Amino acid sequence: MRIAIVDESAARAAIIQEGLGGMDDCETLVITERRGLIAAVAAFDPDIVLMDLGNPSRDVLEEYFAVSKALARPIAMFVDESDEESIAASVDAGVSAYVVNGFAKQRIKPLLDLAVRRFNAFSRLETDLAEARGQLAERANVDKAKRLLMTSRGLTEPEAYKELRSQAMRSSKRIAEVAEALLMADQLLGGTR
Amino acid sequence: MSERLKIGFLPLVDAALPILAQEHGFAAEQGLDLEFVRDLSWATVLDRLLYGHSDAAHMLAPLTIATTLGIGRPARDLSVPFVLGLNGNAITVSNDLARKIQPEGGLGNAADVGKRLAETVAQMGRKPVFGVVHRHSSHNYMLRYWLAACGVQPERDVDIVTVAPPFAADALETGEIDGICVGEPWNSVAVERGVGRIVLTTAQIWRRGVEKVLAVPTAKLEERRGSFERLIIAMRKAGEHFVDPANWDVNAAILSRPHYVGADKELILRAISDRLRLVKGGEIVHFPDFMFQFREAANFPWVSQAGWLYAQMVRWDAPHFDPDAAKKAMGVFRPDVYRAALAGRDSPLPGASSKVEGGIGSPLGVGAQQGTLVMSPDKFFDGKTFDPERLEDYLASLA
Repeated sequence: MRIAIVDESAARAAIIQEGLGGMDDCETLVITERRGLIAAVAAFDPDIVLMDLGNPSRDVLEEYFAVSKALARPIAMFVDESDEESIAASVDAGVSAYVVNGFAKQRIKPLLDLAVRRFNAFSRLETDLAEARGQLAERANVDKAKRLLMTSRGLTEPEAYKELRSQAMRSSKRIAEVAEALLMADQLLGGTR
Repeated sequence: MSERLKIGFLPLVDAALPILAQEHGFAAEQGLDLEFVRDLSWATVLDRLLYGHSDAAHMLAPLTIATTLGIGRPARDLSVPFVLGLNGNAITVSNDLARKIQPEGGLGNAADVGKRLAETVAQMGRKPVFGVVHRHSSHNYMLRYWLAACGVQPERDVDIVTVAPPFAADALETGEIDGICVGEPWNSVAVERGVGRIVLTTAQIWRRGVEKVLAVPTAKLEERRGSFERLIIAMRKAGEHFVDPANWDVNAAILSRPHYVGADKELILRAISDRLRLVKGGEIVHFPDFMFQFREAANFPWVSQAGWLYAQMVRWDAPHFDPDAAKKAMGVFRPDVYRAALAGRDSPLPGASSKVEGGIGSPLGVGAQQGTLVMSPDKFFDGKTFDPERLEDYLASLA
């Protein structure tokens, strides 16, 4: 089975490709470029095309399929009409699947399920990454706030940290929030450094 | 407690009415809170609508009919209780082609530009490529209507391909296409980049051509009928606000935000004030009713508009004429819902729900259920009219 994965996010495409690579008898191609998309799809001659819902080229790809259909090449949108649940799951996950050749449903279903799981896994990764970035930014703010207290009030680092922590406890806020407030106040007052 | 409605849209100026209904509090007045889902392809706007990620969507009028008839995908019933606007598209061609088909610059006359295009095509030695935003779009049908009426056979003499609106300028620049029919601000973006010239507006092909609509899955419309009627009231108020010159600046600023259209405010301001710069560095041209979003019951879903679109679909796409399909197509437009929403309010409501399209040559007072309604000329550039009662005769006359 030949599967084209069209995704402008190379990272996500790689995750999907890796998942599909574990299936028997699957040849995959990842296309991340908008330009030349149709030519690349046509040259690969896939049985199935997976494309992320956010991809601006979806209408272009569907038009290509519509034209191919005129050339008597059967296309089923997603899986088929009877499999509403799979389609809804793929829309929720953010992936669209075009089945170019009339494959047996039992062969396509696991593939689509896998793509959906991979898409969902990628979304979770992104959320985790965003959280991790947030935590890093918070830690950097706490460090900056500590340095600010050290220079402006001549405190040692442990003293500065203690000061932030006790202020956080008094105002029932998180240390990161106190640090951010302190940095903002410092900026408003023109900065001390 | 306000009720939440999610609205899907593509970043185009004619998504304005629901956006402004929310931003100016007209939705809140109706107890509604609108949330917007921005996408970059019509396929995704449609999927989100059909699978419940959105409750209603800014959509190409013909796509609602194709979806209901099951052309290209399994059939799903959509309803159109409100037209978001008429026209607002233009045809932008490469500088090279513009020199040949509109040598004197400016906006041409549709028949003259078409005649010169036919002559140019005959001498080009290759098929020129035109972009449209979707197979089931008024852009595609207007372009084809114009080409065919000027003696350029769309199926034989040119290639028509799909290009996503934000990439119109890129595609012109790389020579992927020779021209494109697209909505604003994407013509103006191409002009400002110096990669093409606007030679015609679609309003010159059909003075009152139906464009984007509000699409709602029929089952959802019945289920939440009251909410959608209140949305219609809010969007009428937004329309009144949209066409008032005093508000153009603020509305352009709102629409330009990245989570809405996400394009240059000045370009959006031009479109909503019916002004266009046709060529880089050129004068700005005023073309009245380039966009038509409010007056003369512009938002009324005329059954005959759906009929015209169905006729074009039969003319250019797969299906053969079928009286049952024609009836189903015309049933997508829901003047009954529009009337129910606005009865007893100060919006004029026409007496009829269907009209002869292209039949008005000079301002005409028409019978109204409420208010007074004077309709301006709505001609097609070739003078043809479309009578929805005589759809088959119309198709025969075009063959």
